[in-house]
Amino acid sequence: MSQLLLEIFSEEIPARMQPGAARDLERMASDRLKAAGLTWDALTTYAGPRRLTLVIDGLPAATPDRNEELKGPKTSAPAQALEGFLRKTGLTQDQLVERDGVWFAQISSKGRATTEVVAESVDDIIRHFPWPKSMRWGTGTLRWVRPIKRILALFDGAVIPFEVDGIPSGDVTEGHRFMGAGQPFAVKDFADYRTKLERNFVLLDAADRKLRILEGARAVCAAKGLALVDDDGLLDEVSGLAEWPTPILGDMDPQFLALPPEVVQLSMKVHQKYFAVREPGKDGLAPHFVVVANVEATDGGAALAAGNAKVLSARLSDAEFFWTEDQKVGFDAWNAKLKDVTFHAKLGTLAERVDRIAALAREIAPLVGADPAQAEQAARLSKADLASGMVGEFPELQGIMGGYYARLAGQPDAVADAIRDHYKPQGPGDTVPTAPVTVAVAMAEKLDTLVGFFAIDEKPTGSKDPYALRRAALGVIRLVLENGVRMPLQGMTFVAGEYLSGMRNLEKLPNYDRASVVRKAVLGKEEVEADRNRIAAMLDGADGADWQHGALDYQAGLTQLGWDVLAFFADRLTVLLRDKGQRHDLVAAVFALGDDDLVRIVRRVEALAAFLATDDGANLLAGYKRAAQLLKAEEKKGPLPEGAVATGLPNQPAEETALAFAAAAAASAVDAALEAEDFAAAMTALARLRAPVDAFFTAVMVNSDVAEERENRLKLLGQVRNVMNRVADFGQIAG
Amino acid sequence: MSTVAAAEPLSFQDLILTLHHYWSDQGCAILQPYDIEVGAGTLHPATVLRALGKKPWKAAYVQPSRRPGDGRYGENPNRLQHYYQYQVILKPNPDNLQELYLNSLRAIGIDPSLHDIRFVEDDWENPTVGAWGLGWEVWCDGMEVTQFTYFQGVGGIEVDVVSGELTYGLERLAMYVQGVDNVYDLKFNKEGLTYGEVFLENERQQSEANFHGYDVAALKRRFEDMEREAAHFLTMKGPQGQPLVLAAYDQVLKASHLFNLMDARGAIAVAERQSYIGRIRDLCKACALAQVEHERATA
Repeated sequence: MSQLLLEIFSEEIPARMQPGAARDLERMASDRLKAAGLTWDALTTYAGPRRLTLVIDGLPAATPDRNEELKGPKTSAPAQALEGFLRKTGLTQDQLVERDGVWFAQISSKGRATTEVVAESVDDIIRHFPWPKSMRWGTGTLRWVRPIKRILALFDGAVIPFEVDGIPSGDVTEGHRFMGAGQPFAVKDFADYRTKLERNFVLLDAADRKLRILEGARAVCAAKGLALVDDDGLLDEVSGLAEWPTPILGDMDPQFLALPPEVVQLSMKVHQKYFAVREPGKDGLAPHFVVVANVEATDGGAALAAGNAKVLSARLSDAEFFWTEDQKVGFDAWNAKLKDVTFHAKLGTLAERVDRIAALAREIAPLVGADPAQAEQAARLSKADLASGMVGEFPELQGIMGGYYARLAGQPDAVADAIRDHYKPQGPGDTVPTAPVTVAVAMAEKLDTLVGFFAIDEKPTGSKDPYALRRAALGVIRLVLENGVRMPLQGMTFVAGEYLSGMRNLEKLPNYDRASVVRKAVLGKEEVEADRNRIAAMLDGADGADWQHGALDYQAGLTQLGWDVLAFFADRLTVLLRDKGQRHDLVAAVFALGDDDLVRIVRRVEALAAFLATDDGANLLAGYKRAAQLLKAEEKKGPLPEGAVATGLPNQPAEETALAFAAAAAASAVDAALEAEDFAAAMTALARLRAPVDAFFTAVMVNSDVAEERENRLKLLGQVRNVMNRVADFGQIAG
Repeated sequence: MSTVAAAEPLSFQDLILTLHHYWSDQGCAILQPYDIEVGAGTLHPATVLRALGKKPWKAAYVQPSRRPGDGRYGENPNRLQHYYQYQVILKPNPDNLQELYLNSLRAIGIDPSLHDIRFVEDDWENPTVGAWGLGWEVWCDGMEVTQFTYFQGVGGIEVDVVSGELTYGLERLAMYVQGVDNVYDLKFNKEGLTYGEVFLENERQQSEANFHGYDVAALKRRFEDMEREAAHFLTMKGPQGQPLVLAAYDQVLKASHLFNLMDARGAIAVAERQSYIGRIRDLCKACALAQVEHERATA
């Protein structure tokens, strides 16, 4: 068993692409070698600033010999079938074997040398490597992330000879650009390679580079009684920028600490890739930074630290300039500028978006316990900082700067906090705001986004979600659930649609009852359609009927939009609950009821799950399925009988009577429980059906020869199904 | 503060002369600045037009770069509306371009054993001339001192042969080498002349003209004239039957500068911006296409 060592040495690979490249190299090498029939003990890849490395231990010297028998056509088959088989196998007829009237071909081939397979694979990998961006260089045609300088390929200590577009393989690599020997050197195997690289100031493994950075950075801070501000994202990035990462502490002019710490930290991170530093036990930042250099400078890093400090000063002077200039401008001027900024060509300007969010936040406020005027005010100011100099320079500070500027402008904390946090939650890991004004604005912001992009048919498809609508929907769901907000979500979607279309003048319609429309949006297509027709008939011949018809059509459109968005919320909620271990069929069973109150939906799903986990629940579900199947079969023959279930019929089995009483009792108990939103009680009411249902199916034959008996029993089963369906659509539950 | 090893740091003009000697030794033609206002050294026809086609080419030159919107009346120590770029183009790029570049830094007194030289990803793009490439910003102790690009396309056309392009920011580099915080304090030569004595007045006057002086309507008219003129030259033929790409491209450069002036005057609405850039890019693309087609036809 032998070792394969491959290194593709190039000019500097972008740091952000290195982790993906290591994974792609691993996948591509595994796929190709496996396809050739090779197996191995261990395969590892490394990516660094100038090299991708692959090492495989325990590879055989050759792929296995192949011996197999292929079954061909019957000897009685037409000549074409045999010809086809001969073509496929590359054999002649006399080489075939006949057995039981069928032709067989014996195929055997010798294994190929592993080195041959590797040479082919490397060529193929290089030509098909999925770099996010690649380039050509010189007069060649090869594409790589940056020019390839050299390929090292060793198998069992010997060079595998090949070339890729004129670049020959060899046993040579080189060390650090400035600190290394300055000469390429040969290696024997992986251990030798790794040791010689380290001796030439190259840490091969990103994990080693990170460790060196973290330990070094903490040490230079600790030496001055300071502490490092950890930043994993930055650590990942700088570990891809240096082969011999060397943290050095630099000094910052303390005057810059008057800037918001987010500004200082971001300026350091984005532009300079410096770590921030703090004093242990104190808030805020210390007037220092840690730069991760790629060299151990011969003067101990003094010149280097001074140079970096100077650059940082220039950067922070810029930030300070924006900070002071922005304070001279203020919210009115910024909001005026938003009139010239397009949010989306079909969704108007940012100023129009702000108007919508403000109106929506005002409507949401009472539902979340916020003051409507404050919610509207916060929303009106929420996007202003997009026109500020600071956010123009650092888009990541949107919201945060608005919060600072609002506080400086004397806005109440509730408003400033809402401006700061209204983009939250930005992802599954982000925290959810709880302050009522913030919740109102955050929800309005996301609803406007969702409804807007759904209205212009820019829905997410597959992996494409350019407007991050899934994130917005999940954000709304988390805001609702984690704050226990009771809100008719589809009704609110309808309202968002109204603001989007500027169709609030629907209220000018005769007898227009907006609250009822919002409620009806939740009801169902038929009701809304019937309502529309009723009003339309009333309008016929009246003055301005055309406009009013148009408005009604529009209303129907908005209702449809509400359904589409609600279905999207249902999908996202299903994903969220599934991630928390909840069965998706239960979510579907509850959503099928047409409710749009997420808090209620989740509580119902939870109660349902608990119920189904009990013996009563599981058995009742089986009973339901049996009843539903029977009813379904009968429905095919004709309409099911309707009306009250009779009791006290002659010869009526006791089990039938008992179930009839039990179903009636369950119906009123379920109604009362649902009214009180006590889902556990609703489940308990259903549980009482279990014994009578079981007994009924054991003792009673539904399809009686006596027509009246059969009819009464079908009515009874229909009643059982109906009462259960009020709790959840049990038909959607697997079991 | 000593930031470089050299006993006496190079003056601004010695920095240029050193780079001239260095790149001359590497076989480059040392050209003079182009005599039309441009926003970047790349726009010199010796780069944009020579990067097209298959013919090898090596050149280096200083190019004054005009960015009317960056003027700060001489009051900002780092920003200028007129500054210098040192531009090198090597076509095809030699294999050892990174080493050649690092040696040029050593030549001007930046010692990589004392300073932190990094190649940080930066994919360069100039939408007005439809040019793009992959490469890096080169950092020296956290400061960007050079743009290092492998040209992949020019004028919207993918290049036949890849050129390596180096763009040094001369003022920045000189400030670094001399350890100076304010560009106007740079030593221009060894006689005590400062950069401020040469250019401060220019910044003051030109900033005022850029921001408040130019007649927007006239700029717009001239832009349209240049646009027409460029298109007109592309319909004409030279004595050997060649399209008048060089003349047309001059008009594109002028139009581009007029656009920058309008922008500095705040006369370009957000919605118009893309349209203006698109008009310049289309003309540039037409120049590039005419040149490439002619070269192919006569090859």
